[in-house]
Amino acid sequence: MTQVAGHPELRLDPDYESPEYRSSAKRAPRQPLVLLSDSLLDSGGPVFGETPVTLSDADLTLGPHGEAQGQRINVSGRILDSDGRPVAGQLVELWQANAAGRYRHAVDSHAAPLDPNFTGTGRCLTGPDGAYRFVTIAPGSYPWGNHPNAWRPAHLHFSVFGRLFTERLVTQMYFPGDPLLPFDPIFNSVRSQRDRERMVSSFDWDTTEEGWALGYRFDIVVTGHLATPFEEASGVRR
Amino acid sequence: MTAGREPTGPEARLIPTPSQTVGPYLRIGMEWMQAKDLVAPGSAGAVTLVGTVTDGDGEVVPDAVLELWSPPAWGRSLTDDGGSYSFTVVKPAGAHRHMEMFVFARGLVRQLLTRIYFPDETDANLVDPLLARVPEQRRETLIAKRDPSGGLRFDVRLQGPDETVFFAY
Repeated sequence: MTQVAGHPELRLDPDYESPEYRSSAKRAPRQPLVLLSDSLLDSGGPVFGETPVTLSDADLTLGPHGEAQGQRINVSGRILDSDGRPVAGQLVELWQANAAGRYRHAVDSHAAPLDPNFTGTGRCLTGPDGAYRFVTIAPGSYPWGNHPNAWRPAHLHFSVFGRLFTERLVTQMYFPGDPLLPFDPIFNSVRSQRDRERMVSSFDWDTTEEGWALGYRFDIVVTGHLATPFEEASGVRR
Repeated sequence: MTAGREPTGPEARLIPTPSQTVGPYLRIGMEWMQAKDLVAPGSAGAVTLVGTVTDGDGEVVPDAVLELWSPPAWGRSLTDDGGSYSFTVVKPAGAHRHMEMFVFARGLVRQLLTRIYFPDETDANLVDPLLARVPEQRRETLIAKRDPSGGLRFDVRLQGPDETVFFAY
């Protein structure tokens, strides 16, 4: 378990040391972390309001030769800080596998077809209320060799920026009712069930479009703190 | 899922969304915006900062992303097949003579935070309040080395005897 030097009451969830996730074995730090308190941190953070992001960057379904294959989905939500304030005008990046569970990436050797009309990558800037929206294709599950018969649950990779440098977050959005979730070492690297649930999107009628696309809602809450006090009594890592 | 509140506490803060690894395919999502030049190469004070990311076996990490924060400049560099990254930076003026750096990679369930100090700031480094919190024998991992080419080198060792110091915040 990753320790914070001199602060046995602090815990990380997820913890860098996640033994069931094989790739962490040689990459997770083993020395205690040193606490960098707020007073020693530079304030502020990068701003991407001027970044050249166009509306079409948020629509992953339009390929060079036509429509991408698969179930079209609208994915929308808000980026908020832990006080509930919207993170406005900030960059959201998304990447994912295609409908067959294949990434357009050189190291992905899964025997599933690539889609010439799907790159699986998009981006947008949040609105004044912190809202973002992507139109994309429901990703497929895929095998990943972590353990026998290992399959990743369907997911979208999200990379978001808060107002503060320390609010930087990369996470994955999952889909409700996915039968693979209980078996996935990455999803379950988050030990608190309550916190794991924050990564599962909700099916949403409001953004489901007649004859066109299913809607999923996924709000993302960024925090400037990595380590949080471990509540011994309840066993909940907050 | 819509944002949910903590069940207790006077402020009822929102429950943060947990971190997840960038995974092995981060390149397709993050390479479009590499930002290696925090200042223009050749401008006053500009210096090249390079480094290699290695794992606990000393193997290079070819699928990492480094993000640098040197207010108000931000940068991003993806490691190459040799595990190396590069930036063009300028030493910050004023009190904060260091830069913050995040490391993202497959195998890291969340990013790591480290900090780069400058080797020609011996006096300032001696009295730096954060370096003072770091065990003396590990402080060297946070101070960039002078590169034979005239630039700076800051290697990131995720594990092992010379593991880089990483921070909780």
